[in-house]
Amino acid sequence: MPIQYYIYLALALFSIGIIGVLTRRNAIIVFMCIELMLNAANLLLVAFSQMHQKIAYAANPAATNGIEAQLFVFFIMVVAAAEVSVGLAIIVMLYRNTRSVDINFLNRLKN
Amino acid sequence: MNAIIISALMGVLLMFTSILTTNKQVIKNIALIALLFLLTANIVDTYNLFSINIDTKGMLAFNKFGYFFNTLAIAATTIFVILSGNEIVKTGNYAADYFALIFFVLCGVSILSSFNNLLMMFLGVEIMSIPLYILTGSAKKNLKSNEASLKYFLMGAFSTGIMLMGITFLYGASGSFDIQALKLTDNELSFTKVMPTPLLEIIGLLFVFASMLFKVSAAPFHFWAPDVYDGAPSAFASFMATIVKAAGFIALINLFFLKAVELHYLWKMVTALVIIATLVIGNITAVFQQSVKRMLAYSSIAHAGFMMFALYAQNDYAKEGILIYTAAYCLATIGLFAILAKMDDYTLDGYNGMAKTQPLLAFANVVFLLSLAGIPLTVGFFAKYYMLAAVLKNGGNIGLFLTILGVVFAAVSVYYYFRVIQAMYFKDGDAKVADVTTGFKLGLILTIIAIIFFGIFPNVLLGWFYF
Repeated sequence: MPIQYYIYLALALFSIGIIGVLTRRNAIIVFMCIELMLNAANLLLVAFSQMHQKIAYAANPAATNGIEAQLFVFFIMVVAAAEVSVGLAIIVMLYRNTRSVDINFLNRLKN
Repeated sequence: MNAIIISALMGVLLMFTSILTTNKQVIKNIALIALLFLLTANIVDTYNLFSINIDTKGMLAFNKFGYFFNTLAIAATTIFVILSGNEIVKTGNYAADYFALIFFVLCGVSILSSFNNLLMMFLGVEIMSIPLYILTGSAKKNLKSNEASLKYFLMGAFSTGIMLMGITFLYGASGSFDIQALKLTDNELSFTKVMPTPLLEIIGLLFVFASMLFKVSAAPFHFWAPDVYDGAPSAFASFMATIVKAAGFIALINLFFLKAVELHYLWKMVTALVIIATLVIGNITAVFQQSVKRMLAYSSIAHAGFMMFALYAQNDYAKEGILIYTAAYCLATIGLFAILAKMDDYTLDGYNGMAKTQPLLAFANVVFLLSLAGIPLTVGFFAKYYMLAAVLKNGGNIGLFLTILGVVFAAVSVYYYFRVIQAMYFKDGDAKVADVTTGFKLGLILTIIAIIFFGIFPNVLLGWFYF
């Protein structure tokens, strides 16, 4: 499949994520949209990895190009998991104090 | 390598200290000793006397610039713990964990000063940011702290997503995560041979640039900074506003100028626009603040604008300048926040008449504010001087315009810094300050001496860099 399709799909997912972050008011849904953005990057990284691997393979069958992107994906997963654990803890802490996970609440506290 | 490994180990060590002792003073002293050990290890590493070496396949590259920045960051953290250590342990019940998280942040900082690969940059930024989300929310019962923590976390994770997409695009365009492979210099904004258009890397670079601007709170991505610095416990706000921000700049400089050749003209234009917006927004908004803490938050945005000058100039002056600026800005802001944390009332009126009740603290505040404003005989003067000289040396009309703008806004900043001095010395009132220990006073005197000493002999600092 041409690489463009993957780029369009990843960009679509990424845009859904961004729009979600900017429009939704529930902290957990905002958080899910951020995860969607990270996973769009994951998908595109794997697609690019395959693309570069094919280009390198045509020139030299022993080439290992493209592996580093797949490794990068694992690092992103690990970091995303760390972020989830911290983020959910923060959201739970907020919920305990205010009985709400609505981020409009944040603007009420301003000043 | 020493700084990366040992700071992580010290973090783990401090986590386990909480099992052995719950005495907060003991924990604070252990953290101080660990910091001094880390500082020694890093200096030993600088002189190649003893270093832990792990083959990273070129993902990390160490140079004097990075080592020296690590030294500055760790030294600033030591001063931070000396001055604000009591505030840190008072934030909550988990004193050892706060120090452990500070060590993990330092681990991220030392990765950021030496990365040679986009993967390491990403990991460094994350290792630095994730502990900060926790530190921001460490006052668990305080709603403002909760708010700041959630806001910082959501914004930070959002910018991580943008950075990852940018890295992905850069990888797609160049086929490698290596910084050298990016070669940001070709004449038509492009460094690609694989993809049909240079569009991918332009977008990629813009995304990475935007998310790094976010981390250093430069306009137009500064909106989170005042709320977060205001809501976070004062001690951690000072840590975030100084060491972490400086590390963000080191990452930007590492990415865009130490390891790549000169940037393309249009990228410089983008940088110039960011500098102008940051200076204008930071300084003008700071003028209208009534709370000193919020004023310091906006002034930290303004200083981010000054530090961006290094990114615009990209010459040896800028390299020296960013190090001096880091030292000057960290020393002064850490001191100001340390005194602020002892205050009862964070508004300007709360400082009224402080010169009479607490002459030493008031005098220390004056020195710190003068250094931030860039008055001669303080190190802040040379920091600003180097930044402006670097841009002027580069020449060009834009450089001249930026320099004039820098001078004008330095003058504007004098106004809001001097309002605090005016409140302390020329207004009547009784500023309520919590009891200060002798150790705190000694720390303040040490910081004042450092600021004035480096202000008179800045070559000592630089001579160390060029040993």
